[in-house]
Amino acid sequence: MPSPVSPHVSPGVAPRVLPPVAPLAQDSSPLGMFGYFNDHRDEVLNWLWYHTWLSAVPVVAGLLIALPLGWVARRYRWTYPPLVTAAGLLYTIPSIALFVAMPDILGTQILDPINVAVALTVYSVALLVRVVADGLGAVPDDVAQAATAMGLTRRQRLLKVELPLAVPVIAAGVRVAVVANVSLVAVAGTIGVPNLGQLFTTGFQLSVGSPYYPPITLGIVLCVLLALALDLLVVGGTWLATPWRRAVSGS
Amino acid sequence: MRFTRPAYIHQRAARADEVADSSMVSARVSGRKGKGGGLVIRFESVSKKYPDGTLAVDRLELVAPSGEITVLVGPSGCGKTTSLRMINRMIEPTSGRIWLDDRDTATVPTHELRRGIGYVIQHAGLFPHRTVLDNITTVPELLGRDKKETRRRALELMERVGLPAHFAKRYPAQLSGGQQQRVGVARALAADPPVMLMDEPFSAVDPVVRAQLQNEFLRLQGELGKTIVFVTHDIDEAIKLGDRVAVLQVGGHLAQLAPPAELLSDPSDAFVAGFVGRDRGYRALGFAEAGRLPVRKEHAVRLGGGLGEARDAAEDGWVLVTDAEDRPQGWLRTDRLPEAALPGPVTAQELNLGGTLAPETATLREALDSALSSPSGRGVIVDGAGRLLGTVTASEVLTRIEQQRVADGRPPARDAGLDAETDVGRDDGEGGEVV
Ligand SMILES: Nc1ncnc2c1ncn2[C@@H]1O[C@H](COP(=O)(O)OP(=O)(O)OP(=O)(O)O)[C@@H](O)[C@H]1O
Ligand SMILES: [Mg+2]
Repeated sequence: MPSPVSPHVSPGVAPRVLPPVAPLAQDSSPLGMFGYFNDHRDEVLNWLWYHTWLSAVPVVAGLLIALPLGWVARRYRWTYPPLVTAAGLLYTIPSIALFVAMPDILGTQILDPINVAVALTVYSVALLVRVVADGLGAVPDDVAQAATAMGLTRRQRLLKVELPLAVPVIAAGVRVAVVANVSLVAVAGTIGVPNLGQLFTTGFQLSVGSPYYPPITLGIVLCVLLALALDLLVVGGTWLATPWRRAVSGS
Repeated sequence: MRFTRPAYIHQRAARADEVADSSMVSARVSGRKGKGGGLVIRFESVSKKYPDGTLAVDRLELVAPSGEITVLVGPSGCGKTTSLRMINRMIEPTSGRIWLDDRDTATVPTHELRRGIGYVIQHAGLFPHRTVLDNITTVPELLGRDKKETRRRALELMERVGLPAHFAKRYPAQLSGGQQQRVGVARALAADPPVMLMDEPFSAVDPVVRAQLQNEFLRLQGELGKTIVFVTHDIDEAIKLGDRVAVLQVGGHLAQLAPPAELLSDPSDAFVAGFVGRDRGYRALGFAEAGRLPVRKEHAVRLGGGLGEARDAAEDGWVLVTDAEDRPQGWLRTDRLPEAALPGPVTAQELNLGGTLAPETATLREALDSALSSPSGRGVIVDGAGRLLGTVTASEVLTRIEQQRVADGRPPARDAGLDAETDVGRDDGEGGEVV
């Protein structure tokens, strides 16, 4: 049985409590993940729960922030290039750097999940500002003219016409953001924040001499399932919010 | 020559005489609707210069009278849309004023102004995410009107514009272009605005649907009596729909403002004459009532009758076929019928459907067209219920045109050649029966 204390632990994240030494499943092939899951059920489900939460909440928060920013980019045309460019640049910051820098910026503990939530909100905003701006601009020209001609105020136009018509575009962006977040959260797991990412660290630590696949495979499978489930949720919500598109394609 | 409207707008033609007295218009409208007619729209030296220096409209002076359709027509880029949109201030004039009755539009908050002005555009511009009913109720909703009453009115409007009630729950993408345009008209009318602006509303549909929409539009306007400014680049549409037609020249100059018949008979300059078109003389016939045409009795046979009998009844190788209610169905050519076929019946498949039908109240244009389009050369005249009254020939209609010109104090248009031809009338049969 390989020792859980591995010399391969990266030095930057060394001082931390390692997972308790539980009896390991004998099967070290990918199929061993079922046995691994049974042996570590509570811990894994707990990580899954955190992972879900950390993936979803930042997207919601990011959308709430991106909506007004996107509206500004649309309303005052000159702000579109700087806003969209700035948002794009945010996305190029490596996630691990942002996770590590967050405690300094926010004054929080290094392993506080808030760090991850805030960092991922930043990414979601980066992704969604452009989507919202473009979505709000997706109103066909004659529809926009009709709205003006009927005497809708700017606010009524936004709420009654532009926003509803932008839903499909924004929803497509949200789907990307949610799925991207599921994998970014896993990265945060590698620095010790409790979530499915820790399965990869564990698997890595247990792979001394020969690879030990069960936790790694389990992490991948659960991440994929989670991404699928969240994606489905967004798709479902969009479906409910856009009866007009259904009517057209479905009949 | 007495200029009148084609038959389908007779009701409105009568009104045209009344509009000079706007109190009569409101009286007429209030008889039906309990409200006044439209407002008068007045352009007072209105100019629009776009930031890039384009002078789209140049010191336009124009009055769109209450309860009338004023058509703005002219070549592409002459400033029609710009002029129209200055009325509801989607475009602000650079100088000049536009009045709605005695209100300067510049002094009214834009959204308030616009909610009182219906607006219909080329592709309807319906909200794709709202049902037909929700589209129609948009403005009443903005005005905070009673929901139930608004809904009831919207359904009534749908019926008026020729949309079945079950379309209410549909989305715009589930409608044809023509149906969308009807919804667009209903939406513009929903809050019962006194003024309607229409920018090429019927130009994106096929000619058959367009004619249908135009006729229904005229019927509707006959009932509602709104003040309408209608933009088109199609002179035929302008002539058909306008009580008055304003011909604009590129650069936003008003070249002529006149009733359609006058535009055709007396264009003010070479530009208008050119724009109105080469066959304006023929089109002007569309405004001249044929009056009591000498309708000749036509020996028609019934659908399902014997072919032998049909051949005996035929004149010049053609016999008119009607249904059991005497409504003309088409012409049957009898001089090529094989002997063997004669015992058989007259069936619909063999009929020539080329001829148009002219109502007994026909204009000269309709009467002439029915004669020219008929394969037998005999134009079919029908009564209000579509039943056969008789036939006229082109030369008889031409004679009538000549008579009207003389009565009008204008020299006959015919030359010697035509003269000779018009005398070769068909004087057999019981011709000359006046209907
Ligand atoms: N926003 C704008 N900026 C600059 N020039 C404009 C603008 N809108 C219209 N124009 C110009 O003003 C003139 C009149 O345009 P307008 O749209 O009123 O024409 P129109 O008569 O409606 O033409 P069409 O029949 O093609 O619709 C044109 O020369 C056009 O190029
Ligand atoms: Mg135009």
